[in-house]
Amino acid sequence: MARTEWHPGRVGRRTVLLGASAAAGLPLARPAIAQERKLVVGVVLPLSGTFADQGKNYEDGIKAFQKVNGTKVGNITVETVMRDDQGPASGDLSRRMTQELIQRSRAEIILGYSFTPNAMSAASLLTEAKRPAIIINAATSVITERSPYFTRISMTLPQLSASLGQWAAKSGIKTVYTIVSDYAPGLDAETWFTKAFEAGGGKVIGGARTPVSAMEYSPFLQRAIEAKPDAVFGFNPGGDVSVAFMKQTKERGLTEAGIKLLVTGDVVDDNLVPAMGDALDGVISALHYQVELQNPANQRFLSAFREVAGANAVPSYRTVQGYDGMALIYHALQASGGKTDAESIMNAIKGARLDSPRGPITIDPATRDIVQNIYIRRGQRLGSGWANIAFETIEGVKDPAK
Amino acid sequence: MRLTRLGAGLPLLLAALAGYFLFPDYLTLFTSLFILAAFALSYDLLQGHAGVVSLGHAVFFGTGAYTAALLAAHGVQEPVTGLVVALLVSGLLALLLTRLVVVGNDLTRLLITLGIGFLMLEAANQARWLTGGADGMSDFTMGPVLGLFRFDFAGETAFFYSLAVLVLVYAFLWRLTTSPFGLALRGIRENVRRMPAIGAPVSRHLATAYTISGGIAGVAGAVLAQTSNFASLDMLGFERSAEVMMMATLGGTGSIPGVVLGAAGFSYLKDALSAVSPKYWHLGIGLVLMASVFVLRGGIAGGFTALLRRLRGRA
Repeated sequence: MARTEWHPGRVGRRTVLLGASAAAGLPLARPAIAQERKLVVGVVLPLSGTFADQGKNYEDGIKAFQKVNGTKVGNITVETVMRDDQGPASGDLSRRMTQELIQRSRAEIILGYSFTPNAMSAASLLTEAKRPAIIINAATSVITERSPYFTRISMTLPQLSASLGQWAAKSGIKTVYTIVSDYAPGLDAETWFTKAFEAGGGKVIGGARTPVSAMEYSPFLQRAIEAKPDAVFGFNPGGDVSVAFMKQTKERGLTEAGIKLLVTGDVVDDNLVPAMGDALDGVISALHYQVELQNPANQRFLSAFREVAGANAVPSYRTVQGYDGMALIYHALQASGGKTDAESIMNAIKGARLDSPRGPITIDPATRDIVQNIYIRRGQRLGSGWANIAFETIEGVKDPAK
Repeated sequence: MRLTRLGAGLPLLLAALAGYFLFPDYLTLFTSLFILAAFALSYDLLQGHAGVVSLGHAVFFGTGAYTAALLAAHGVQEPVTGLVVALLVSGLLALLLTRLVVVGNDLTRLLITLGIGFLMLEAANQARWLTGGADGMSDFTMGPVLGLFRFDFAGETAFFYSLAVLVLVYAFLWRLTTSPFGLALRGIRENVRRMPAIGAPVSRHLATAYTISGGIAGVAGAVLAQTSNFASLDMLGFERSAEVMMMATLGGTGSIPGVVLGAAGFSYLKDALSAVSPKYWHLGIGLVLMASVFVLRGGIAGGFTALLRRLRGRA
């Protein structure tokens, strides 16, 4: 069926073979009720290797959504087919997985891409195959410009770091020292924090770029302390690396030296908080989601999530992104009246408004990027543990890089 | 020996062509398999024929990939031209590195090639203006092959293009390893001290083998970048270097058709297992690799030979 779309008018040996096999299968393949149909959502996630835990987070979100909302939208049954792209060190694999999902599994919508290279490598393929793809995480600003079929449901780093820079300048912080990981997202974070902070009247007095997987931050923190800034802005890629960073800021006595710590919210992801413990005390972060948000959508999400992942599990912002990715697909299918061609889906996605667990979100029709609230949070004690508690909301933040 | 090698090439080619007709939805998998097979063959010229081990062979693969991507990004979009340039650039890089690699024994070679691999990876990561750093390079379009065949979505052009490259690599290496030069390499593998005694210039032979091997690896990398329209850091990373070693071992190092089968078996296994269980497929790969070392000594090729011998013995 789909094959002929890419080779109009072409009749080769394979078409004949395919026709013959299709004819043989015809009596079985004919659906019982004409209107009932199936739609395959191809899901590309890191499910094995170092970043498997991230993949698990998105997967939980996807499952939680289907638990709450069922698998049917009107007369369309939404089925997910998952493939493993093994994380960021396999860009061409994510492209191949995407191609296979479209061709072999007949996926009509793709959901996935945790990392920037993986999304980038699939861009031209999606354009050629005309398949809408929803980016579940990859946060480098430029991705959505690489294919007209990309939509981002996560966030961009400039969204977080510029919000934080803006807040810092407004809250009486005059000087900042930056410590970011030395790769594309880190440089993005540094650039946009600096821009927003200096536009608000602050001054960045120095900075360090650290190796991406560095576990040793003492020398950088020492230099930061000697520079005597009002605050340090930090960004690193999450997971163990961020746990190490946070613990060492505590050991080095940043707070004792009278220096505030500002980080993008992914560094102090809710599911890393238990490992960070009291290193979280007083740390200011900016993120688009947090577990403690009080709204009905979040309550629905949390109860579904706990059913899927266990009563004591803590969701990550990534889980919400998986959940919202499915929500956007369901929304598009409803809004398009069950039409599943790429144009109808894309038209339904552009300008879509959703009631997300993170608060109201919209898809900017011009850039297909997400517009959402950014929460400024402070790390403090909550019960027997620690948590990031929002104390300020910046509403309707667009990606400042576009 | 010669006959069996050439004889195995034809059934393999026929099997590849049969794959085109029987599994039209799997063309991209076949394409990646052909590329890996060419890469594995280039590596096996070193390990299997000259007895030189390396944990950094992906350096040349990645160099070829970036060369092809950069050429396309700067206006040279014809793929075959890209291949030739990638061959030259990677070959030249290998030539420059030979002095570091061919000295010493296996252990120092492993460490040195590992070190070169890490250095190149970090260099490519830092040179963001050139390579796109961790984001990879996707901002280029490939022209039609020889100005005639456009890369299509279903991957038909990519299939035949990569198959053609593999056939050329296969034929070239078969010719090379059965030539006097190939015999000299085998002599070096078997007894490196005796070779000078019969007047063989050991280090020059090794340098030649290393340069050729690097050049071919670069061609394989270039095909990957061209057919997937993408070049990224992982293409020069350690994992790829280790994988190529596994493929050669699984297939039977020193046997050209064996290595092709090894690469095919390895990629098929990865694809099939990761489709069955997207999370735990590494477990399956590990078990198969271990089993292949214990059960199939000499890899798939060794298994075949043993089977043939047994059949003959019975008859």
